[in-house]
Amino acid sequence: MRGLDTAYMLDLIPVIASYVPLTLFMAIVAMIAGLALAIVMAVIRVIRVPWLHRVVAVFISFFRGTPLLVQLFLFYFGLPQLVPALNNLDGVTAAIIGLTLHFSAYMAESIRGAIIGVDRSQWEAAQSIGMTQKQVLTRIILPQASRTAAPTLMNYFIDMIKGTSLAFTLGVTEMMGAAQKEASSTFLYPEAFLVVAVFYWIIVEVLSVGQRQLETRLGKAVSR
Amino acid sequence: MSCQIDIDGLVKRFGDNTVLNGIDLCLQPGERVAIIGPSGTGKSTLLRCLNYLDRPDEGRITVGDLTVDATTAQKSDILALRRRTGFVFQNYALFANKTARDNIMEGLTTVRGWSKSKAQARADEILSQIGLGDRGNSYPAAMSGGQQQRVGIGRAMALDADLLLFDEPTSALDPEWVGEVLDLIRRIADGRQTMLIVTHEMQFAREIADRIVFMEGGRIVEQGPPDQIFGNAQDDRTRAFLRRVG
Ligand SMILES: Nc1ncnc2c1ncn2[C@@H]1O[C@H](COP(=O)(O)OP(=O)(O)OP(=O)(O)O)[C@@H](O)[C@H]1O
Ligand SMILES: [Mg+2]
Repeated sequence: MRGLDTAYMLDLIPVIASYVPLTLFMAIVAMIAGLALAIVMAVIRVIRVPWLHRVVAVFISFFRGTPLLVQLFLFYFGLPQLVPALNNLDGVTAAIIGLTLHFSAYMAESIRGAIIGVDRSQWEAAQSIGMTQKQVLTRIILPQASRTAAPTLMNYFIDMIKGTSLAFTLGVTEMMGAAQKEASSTFLYPEAFLVVAVFYWIIVEVLSVGQRQLETRLGKAVSR
Repeated sequence: MSCQIDIDGLVKRFGDNTVLNGIDLCLQPGERVAIIGPSGTGKSTLLRCLNYLDRPDEGRITVGDLTVDATTAQKSDILALRRRTGFVFQNYALFANKTARDNIMEGLTTVRGWSKSKAQARADEILSQIGLGDRGNSYPAAMSGGQQQRVGIGRAMALDADLLLFDEPTSALDPEWVGEVLDLIRRIADGRQTMLIVTHEMQFAREIADRIVFMEGGRIVEQGPPDQIFGNAQDDRTRAFLRRVG
């Protein structure tokens, strides 16, 4: 048994820190795109757009039913062989696409649940004043559903941040990839992975504090 | 005799259950009509069909120069009809994510396309008419039932609808709030707003309505001026109902 090389760990901090922006970039882009896709899919399922809602159901089922790692490999290593145009797909883009699709499936389900949870009288009241279906959704239903869904969506964002670490398997040097590279040249594995673990932990904790503040703010605006 | 509102042969079925069995009704401009009748008779369904919250299976609804036929109605017809008919719900159904003022403004900005400042001025006017001039920024969850229902009425008023529909506007209220809501409806009635009101408050119906319509089993059984219906009903079913409730 040996002790931890704390001096080395301190040296690692700025190295790993320089990759934090890339990790956040991937997570934020995938979150925004995933959320947009999820809202569209949730609405398609709720209002049962002819045949499209079936396509969406299969999409959601596939992306929830297979591991994220398999999906990433499929996009990065598999698809380009079938579709030559994707040969230039870089690891970061592939990871963002994979995270987007994977988490959009989960988020669509929780948004759908939140939409269904909005009382039917809210739809009727909005229709009764002559609002179009689109207006009813965007002005009355989705704002209410988003309050219900917010905590769950925040949890998915946290999962997404941690999920970006899988990008290193696509050859992307992000936080995890950087730690892995460092460790394989110095053989100081515990130090490298401990530092990177603490980085993820801190990011998630900061977000959790933000999440709690957001929830009290939303709760204050409308307590039902 | 010209009808401002003309309901012609309205039929509504839920599966095998025919809930409205050919309803014909003509309202003169400014006429206030109260609908009474036993539970499950189709009173709410009639109002909901007039607003197309339930789509009738047959029949025509005319409001002013707009006629909507159930067998051919398109989305645009339905929207146009809804803009001309305001609906007041039994359970208020205020938009939970909007303040009292925004509830009233919503139809003005989103549906009628008014500018925000114009809509806000109108909403504030309505707020003071309904006695809630100081509660514009309150969310529904923070208001009493009576206050919420008054906002519900204000929201319907903001449409400047040709016809206001009230479906038992006071029956979800605690007794202490019934009076203020009835007072507001009475004031609207005094302004000769054409309205159809379903109510179990017989005294109130007698007082504000020009005409009482008694429904049973999805049909209009009897109708006439309040004094005639309450004092000298012709049909046995009407008399039996009035004995039960009065
Ligand atoms: N969405 C629906 N699906 C199936 N049946 C319905 C639906 N809405 C109403 N009904 C049926 O239609 C009939 C008339 O209902 P409605 O609510 O119009 O009666 P009502 O006269 O308003 O009664 P109440 O005085 O109790 O409010 C009832 O038998 C009811 O069960
Ligand atoms: Mg009813």
